[in-house]
Amino acid sequence: MIEMKDQKIDELKEYIAATQSNDNPESYLIAVLHKVQGLFGYLPREVMDVVAKAMNIPTAHIWGVATFYHYFNLKPVGKHIVSVCMGTACYVRGAGKVLEALKKNIGVEIGETSEDKLFTLQEARCLGACGIAPVIMIDDKIYGELTGKTATELIKKYRKAAKG
Amino acid sequence: MPNTEYIITLCDGPSCIHKGSRTVKDALEEAIAKHNMQDKVKIHLSGCLGMCSKGPIVIVNPGYTIYGSVTEADAAEIIEQHLINGKYVTRLVVDEDHLYNRFFRIFGDNDFFGKQMRITLRNCGIIDPENIDDYLSLRGYEALAKVLTELTPKDVIDEVKTSGLRGRGGGGFPTGVKWDFTANAPGDERYVICNADEGDPGAFMDRSAIEGDPHTILEGMAIAGYAIGSTKGIVYIRAEYPLAIKRLEKAIEDASKNNLLGDNILGSEFSFDIEIRLGAGAFVCGEETALIHSIEGSRGMPRPRPPYPSVKGLFGKPTLINNVETWANIPVIILDGGKWFSSIGTETSKGTKVFAVAGMVKNTGLVEVPMGTTLRNIVYDIGGGIEGGGKFKAIQTGGPSGGCLPEEYLDTKVDYESLAAVGSIMGSGGMIVIDEHSCMVDVAKFFLEFTQDESCGKCTPCREGTKRMLEILTRITQGKGKPGDIEKLERLGTMAQRSSLCGLGQSAPNPVLSTIKNFRQEYEDHIFNKKCVAGVCGALLTYTIIEKCVGCGACKRVCPTNAISGTRKQLHTIDQDACIKCGQCYDTCKFEAITKA
Amino acid sequence: MSELITIHINETEYKVEPDQTIMQAADKLGFHIPRLCYHPKLSIEGACRVCIVEVEGMKNYVASCAFPITDGMKLHTNTKGLRRARRDIIELLLDNHPMDCHTCERDGNCELQRLAASVGIRARHFEGEKKHYEKDISFSSIIRDPDKCILCGRCVRMCSEVQKVHNLTQAHRGFKTVVMPAYNMPMSESVCTACGQCINVCPTAAFLEKNYTQELFEKLNDDSIVKVVQFAPSVRAAIGEAFGLEPGVNMEGKLVAAFRKLGFDYVFDTQFSADLTIMEEASEFLERLQGKAAMPMITSCSSAWMKCLEQFYPDLIDNVSTCKSPMSMLGALIKTYFANKIKTDPKKILSVATMCCTAKKYEAARPELDVDGMPGVDIVVTTREIAWMIKSAGIDILNIEEETPDSPLGISSGAGAIFGTTGGVMEAAIRTAYELFTGQTLVDIEIEDLRGLEGIKEGKVLMDGNEIRVAVAHGLGNACDLLDIVRQEPDRYHFIEIMGCPGGCIGGGGQPYAAANSIPLDEDCLKKRAEALYDIDRKKTIRRSLDNPDIQQLYKKFLHSPLSKVSHKLLHTHYQAKTPVGIIPKK
Repeated sequence: MIEMKDQKIDELKEYIAATQSNDNPESYLIAVLHKVQGLFGYLPREVMDVVAKAMNIPTAHIWGVATFYHYFNLKPVGKHIVSVCMGTACYVRGAGKVLEALKKNIGVEIGETSEDKLFTLQEARCLGACGIAPVIMIDDKIYGELTGKTATELIKKYRKAAKG
Repeated sequence: MPNTEYIITLCDGPSCIHKGSRTVKDALEEAIAKHNMQDKVKIHLSGCLGMCSKGPIVIVNPGYTIYGSVTEADAAEIIEQHLINGKYVTRLVVDEDHLYNRFFRIFGDNDFFGKQMRITLRNCGIIDPENIDDYLSLRGYEALAKVLTELTPKDVIDEVKTSGLRGRGGGGFPTGVKWDFTANAPGDERYVICNADEGDPGAFMDRSAIEGDPHTILEGMAIAGYAIGSTKGIVYIRAEYPLAIKRLEKAIEDASKNNLLGDNILGSEFSFDIEIRLGAGAFVCGEETALIHSIEGSRGMPRPRPPYPSVKGLFGKPTLINNVETWANIPVIILDGGKWFSSIGTETSKGTKVFAVAGMVKNTGLVEVPMGTTLRNIVYDIGGGIEGGGKFKAIQTGGPSGGCLPEEYLDTKVDYESLAAVGSIMGSGGMIVIDEHSCMVDVAKFFLEFTQDESCGKCTPCREGTKRMLEILTRITQGKGKPGDIEKLERLGTMAQRSSLCGLGQSAPNPVLSTIKNFRQEYEDHIFNKKCVAGVCGALLTYTIIEKCVGCGACKRVCPTNAISGTRKQLHTIDQDACIKCGQCYDTCKFEAITKA
Repeated sequence: MSELITIHINETEYKVEPDQTIMQAADKLGFHIPRLCYHPKLSIEGACRVCIVEVEGMKNYVASCAFPITDGMKLHTNTKGLRRARRDIIELLLDNHPMDCHTCERDGNCELQRLAASVGIRARHFEGEKKHYEKDISFSSIIRDPDKCILCGRCVRMCSEVQKVHNLTQAHRGFKTVVMPAYNMPMSESVCTACGQCINVCPTAAFLEKNYTQELFEKLNDDSIVKVVQFAPSVRAAIGEAFGLEPGVNMEGKLVAAFRKLGFDYVFDTQFSADLTIMEEASEFLERLQGKAAMPMITSCSSAWMKCLEQFYPDLIDNVSTCKSPMSMLGALIKTYFANKIKTDPKKILSVATMCCTAKKYEAARPELDVDGMPGVDIVVTTREIAWMIKSAGIDILNIEEETPDSPLGISSGAGAIFGTTGGVMEAAIRTAYELFTGQTLVDIEIEDLRGLEGIKEGKVLMDGNEIRVAVAHGLGNACDLLDIVRQEPDRYHFIEIMGCPGGCIGGGGQPYAAANSIPLDEDCLKKRAEALYDIDRKKTIRRSLDNPDIQQLYKKFLHSPLSKVSHKLLHTHYQAKTPVGIIPKK
């Protein structure tokens, strides 16, 4: 486990090093944080410390940026990220009900991760699939024309698959 | 014909034959043979193409390039220039072949497409966005080549000025003037930025434009780079758009390989690179100073202007920021001319605008129409009218910053001034059709929830004001509205409009103020009569079981508070005191025996 | 001078200098536009929107702090619409602010309160949910109370732009924005240097010093202990402001009297130990000059600077003088030399320090400064705290007779007094070092190059033909700039003075809040405080530390000589690198 983490840190440091030869190297902070999230699934505090040192950016600044942008997770996330689109089209077509059903089924509020660490429930701004509203996105996959019922069935399917 | 790459269609109508098309055919075949391309090129003869005055007509596909008045001598040049070198024989291209509306040949002339005019989205759905050759075959990068070889930077800016193009991101600032400002700002380094941080809920035109035709954006930016003296472009794009990002990356790579980006583009003195920077989920970064801060690696918070980015922008250097749709117009303006472009649209708003039409309309999706098209045209002629047979109630334009317009404004023309005059905005082009089943107070609340959540928190009116407005709206929808609440909303709303730091706060009250203006009765119904006519605000509803009830007991079983009683096969009743108005009975009943009002 | 341009304010035409903001122009013309997030020492934020004005031809109001004037501009500062918008904006701030003015430490000293009064908020229209966060009381010096914060951002800008500590940031966004250290860690675990400048610039009580007044009042009633107080040079130069006096009134005598009235048994002067510090530090410098330790030597009396050193410049620890601060030196003497003299168990002595500084609270709690397992200073109160205690105890400080500090730790030279202002320590050190080194008395003892509020000052002194190059920085931001030079050019200077606060101790984080008609850290105010100290110096007959008879006595009877074994045990210390490591971004 620890070895894997070291490997990821090395990869991160390499990534940062590559950005530091450019003009205005500090401007790559958000790109670097995307990389951190790509590697770790969220932004662990000790990794932000690594970024601070490697980029010579105060941790307070990094923390300000990390908390400003909703794309960044500050806590570990579940195996699957369930994003419920709350864009206008989805809203008009019943996204609220889908969200309620998912909250109930997964047993969490928005931004939380289920106890079994399987699902993290998030709200998304328009996913650009308004034609098949309301939609949710599980990881990178979009599901459309949902109701509360069909959305819960989807979750059940993922749950079953995870149990193998 | 697995190897065929080109199909040349030669008009074989009497007029063209008369003008020598048959000899042109021989010459084409000869040239093809000379270059050993018999396997790759096939010649079709067609019936009269109806462009007799321009004969002989030669059409090269893919790309549908139409050459007119082709002579025997031109044939070899078409083969060598177009087929081998991938360049148009410009002098032969038939003038009428504008870049727009190419999709007609593919999608035909149905209602949805037929009433549109596609300039920005001209290539979307036509070309393979991951194949630069496809783009090139549709005169891609020809505009860039033209400015590099034929135009001075000033000519380019003048052409954009002539076109009358205005920023499509919402502000509507004249694009050419912005270019001019940036070009003339003191400084040796300048930046060109494409704002692709499209965040309006319900709007996705930028994403579609990039996913469908990424090179157009790059070409537009490179042209601007030449015009204002910049060598560095940046596309700032939402991280939520992975496919668009991937296509942009590929496009940049391919363009660089083809010397269409990078050092000494097409052998000229001009060098231009484009880099992608990702957003991370903050709507306010669509505001240009916030966007700059985000690219700089900071919290995406706006700052007071002036100084404007055109003078002091990214890293303190003069910076030109346009949004995706604006960029996509540039190559067309260069090739078809600013004068032609300015012939489209209205007096003050030129060209076309893409709208993302959504909500309760039959055909949802992107439509591109000339400025000046009426809202009614968009909703009924292109959108196909209201879905589900409901009644039109309002159209919301301009996303969360826009306003809600009732039926009486349906004949409003879409252009910057007309929409503003009736209390809405063009915005970036979101357009939501709302029918009688939506409550306007609830709609206003929905939009304010969005802006409130996206407020960066820097300035007081937006941070605190939208919060209080949302609280008032929430209590109105919960049946707890008080006399004076409407006036408080108006007071806070106008204060925030005039006093907020950036466009987000200045426009956040628009949905509220416009619904108060146009649907005041609904607000008053909620506050004074405790009624939501649309049947949306749960707390204001009364559920009643009517005669249709067969006594199946389904409602009784789902009721979480045991508010429903009745014996089997008998009419059931709801205890209104116990009812928490969750609506589960209503959803469950198969006999339409429960009403809500 | 560039050509004047014409602007109209409230229908009257004025000719003004170009290239200024509306606020700057209006200020000079006598229009005071209300303001909140603006501070002349900080970058323009334009966030609070209190300073909005109306410009003819513009749809929206503009923030006058940020908007430049242009020729022919017609603006209005007080229309009906503006008054209402401003009123509503300030009410919105109040609506998300605890309604506890009466129990708030800044009651009567609060900019928000004053603003609310000035725009005439008599009713509340928009009340709703208020934010609520835990108060952070973890740190020995500074308390952070986000509930009181109105997000003007002055503290964040002060911490990052002026002090360059970058401890504070705005985290999260929108209505949920909170000012906090990285990771929302407790202030005690953060890189906060305890300088207290966030308190100075905070318009409300979102930052406060940890208050020890109640504890001190209790102990002052305890007859079983001996209560001893010392007070720093710049306390006397500033405390008058807390009683409505103009800045720069020397309150030394009245303050001594007030201490006695409060119940202190002995009143000593930190200026005495400033003289002592000079004796030790000048001697240490001469040793280093002979190659006995790292050069350049850097002063060590500012506690915020010491924490900054340990976190941000651990590589320079060897360059820092081992001398304790004057406060800690005096504390050590009180618990040893003085305890012995009055034949009292040091455990029965309460050693109190009244300081212009919040970081001294942190310093007093440092275990490495303990004397025989006891802290040299038990309680540190700021100028503000002691001013409040004097008021609370009903002492009419403005009208009482002046008194003098007690012996044997009360007499000071003029050199001790100027310790409180930037450049003063260096000036004082040169006066003594020169004589120790050359054996001759320095005649021209006022060193103008080292005076004033320039961020980094340089000077040269010739000692027996040797050129000694010195530098002075005040405010941690300037210090960082200076130290970056030192890292590049280690031989550029021989001796460096660093003070953590703007202006030195006179601008300390514990000084009285700005008066209603002033702004925090106003330059004129700082200059007047400094002038008060220079005036004390000028009026003294003894102006060199080594001429102080009590100092001479102390060495004769107790310490023997500077840098002696006893000195080292009681008056010197060592510093260590600390985590978290502070990061100063590249320019």
